[in-house]
Amino acid sequence: MSVIVRNLSLRSLRVWQRNRDVFLVTWKTNLVPPILEPILYLVAFGLGIGALVREVPYRGGMIGYTAFIAPGLLATQVMFQSFFENTFNTFVRMYYQRTFDAIVTTPLSLEDVMAGELLWGATKGTIACCVMMVAISFFGLLHYPHALVIVPFSFLAGLFFAGIALCFTAIVPQIDSFNFPVFLLVMPMFLFSGTFFPLDVLPGWARLLAEVLPLTHVTRIMRDASLGSFHPDLLWDLLYLLIVTIPVVYLGIRLMKKRLLP
Amino acid sequence: MPAVIEARGLSKRYGTLTAVDGIDFSIQAGECFGFLGPNGAGKTSTVRMIHCFMPVSGGELRVFGMDVREKPREIKTRIGVCQQEDNLDPDFSVLRNLLVFARYFGIPAGEAATRARELLEFMGIWERRNDTIRQLSGGLKRRLVIARALINKPDLLILDEPTTGLDPQSRHLVWDRVRALRRQGKTVLLTTHYMDEAQTLCDRLVIMDHGRILVEGRPADLVRTRVGKEVVEVWGYPPALLEQARQSGWSFETDTDRLFIYTDEGEAVFSSIAGKHVTERCTVRTAGLEDLFLKLTGRELRE
Repeated sequence: MSVIVRNLSLRSLRVWQRNRDVFLVTWKTNLVPPILEPILYLVAFGLGIGALVREVPYRGGMIGYTAFIAPGLLATQVMFQSFFENTFNTFVRMYYQRTFDAIVTTPLSLEDVMAGELLWGATKGTIACCVMMVAISFFGLLHYPHALVIVPFSFLAGLFFAGIALCFTAIVPQIDSFNFPVFLLVMPMFLFSGTFFPLDVLPGWARLLAEVLPLTHVTRIMRDASLGSFHPDLLWDLLYLLIVTIPVVYLGIRLMKKRLLP
Repeated sequence: MPAVIEARGLSKRYGTLTAVDGIDFSIQAGECFGFLGPNGAGKTSTVRMIHCFMPVSGGELRVFGMDVREKPREIKTRIGVCQQEDNLDPDFSVLRNLLVFARYFGIPAGEAATRARELLEFMGIWERRNDTIRQLSGGLKRRLVIARALINKPDLLILDEPTTGLDPQSRHLVWDRVRALRRQGKTVLLTTHYMDEAQTLCDRLVIMDHGRILVEGRPADLVRTRVGKEVVEVWGYPPALLEQARQSGWSFETDTDRLFIYTDEGEAVFSSIAGKHVTERCTVRTAGLEDLFLKLTGRELRE
C-alpha cells in the first residue's frame, strides 16, 4: 500500500491533460451519446411505456414515469462512460498504442499514469452526465438547484466505475474479454439497479441483491437530487459508495502495476 | 568525473528466467556505448532497468551517481529514451506529440514550442509538423521518436534498436543525427544487432548473450585481438581443407557451405590453399565486428 501511495504525485494530472486533449480533438463524436441517448430513451419510454405506466410509486408518493427514469439514465450514463473509458480505451492506450511505455520514461511513475487514467475516466463520466443534464433539463425533468449536486457526485460515481474498469483491464488477456464484465456486471447493473422500475416491486431476495449493486446507490442519490428532496437514508448510499470506491481504485492501480511490470 | 552509468553485479529475473545475470559495466560522460547481442540476450532488460522502468532484481545500478531504486524521477528527468516500438500518440499531430511530451517534464508551453521547433528542424521533419502520425513512414516516425526523446535536453540518450526495420536512407540519416549529437557532447547508450551500426557509432561496446557480457572494449581493438586482421572465406570447402586448417592450427569456423579462417596473414593463408582446395570461391577480407559477434554467439538461429 505505502509504495503505491508514495509513488503518487500531482504529475498524474499530466496524463489527465493528455486524455482531455485527445477528447477535445474528437469532441463532436464524443458528445453524440450523452445528447442523443437520453432523448431517444425519454421519447421511447415516455411515449411507449410511459403511456401504459403513467406514474410509479417512489418514496411513499407517485411520480411521472419519465421523471422516474431520467435520473436513472444519468446514473447509467456515468457508469457506461467511466467503465468503457478505463476498459476499452485504456486497453488501447496500454496495449495497442503503448502510450504508457512512453510516458513512464518521463518523470511520471506508473502509479501517476494509472491515477491520471482513473481521474480522466471519472471526468469523462462527469462530462457526459453534465451534457445529458442539459438535454434532460429541456424536458423539465430536473429540479434545480438540488439537481446540481449530481455534478460533483457523478465524479465520485465515475471514479468507482473507473476503478472497477481498471481492475478488469489489468487482468483480461485480450480486448474481446471485456465482454465478460460487460455482460456479467455492467448490463445487470443497468437493468437491475432501479433505472427503469422501482426496486420495491422485486421479491425480497432480488431486492437484497440489487442493494449490493453500486449503481443502485448512485441511482438513488441522483433520483432524489433530480426530484428536489434529499431523504436522510442517502447518507448510507453515499457511505457505501465511498467504502467500495477506495479499495477498488487501489486494487486497480496495483493490478495494473503487476501487469505492466513483470 | 563520475561515470554516467555504473552497474555492479546487475541482474534481472522474471520468475525462474534470468534475463540479466550479474553484469558489470560503466559508461563515461560523452561516449557512445553499445550493447550488442542476439534477441533475448538481455539488452532491453538492461536498458529498462537503466531508465527506471523495471525494478532491479539484484546488484547495484547507479545513473548520474544516483541509485535507480531511490531516485527514479530525478534520473528520468535527465534521460531521453527512444524505445524499440513506435509509441507515438496517433491522436495528435507531429508537433503536438512533442508538446504533450514536454508537459510530462513540466516544461513551460512557450519553452516547449521553441524546443519542439528546434528538434523537428534538427531531425528534418519540421515541414511535416501538422501531419498525423498515420501519415508518417517508418523512418519519419523513428525520427520523431528521437526528437521526442530530446525534448527534455537529456544528459543521456538511450536508443533501443533505433534503426530496426528502417530503409538504408533512413538508417544513414539516423546515424548522421546520432553523430551530430555526439559532437555536441551527449552521452549515448545504444542497443543494436546491426554490426555496421555499432561499428560506425560506438566508442565502446559490450557483446551480451544469455544475460552475460562476453566481451567489452573498443570495436576495432576487439576485432583485432579476438578475431585477427583478416578473414579468409571459402565457399564449398572440401574435407581435406578442413584437415589442413586443423593441422595448421588456424582459428576457423564453418557453417553449412562456408569455411571462415581468422588470421593476421590473409594473403599467406589464401595462397597456401587457393591452388589446392578451393573449388568454388575464396576471398580475403578485413575482419569486422560481425565476425567477432558470430564467433562469440554462434551461428544457430535464436527464438
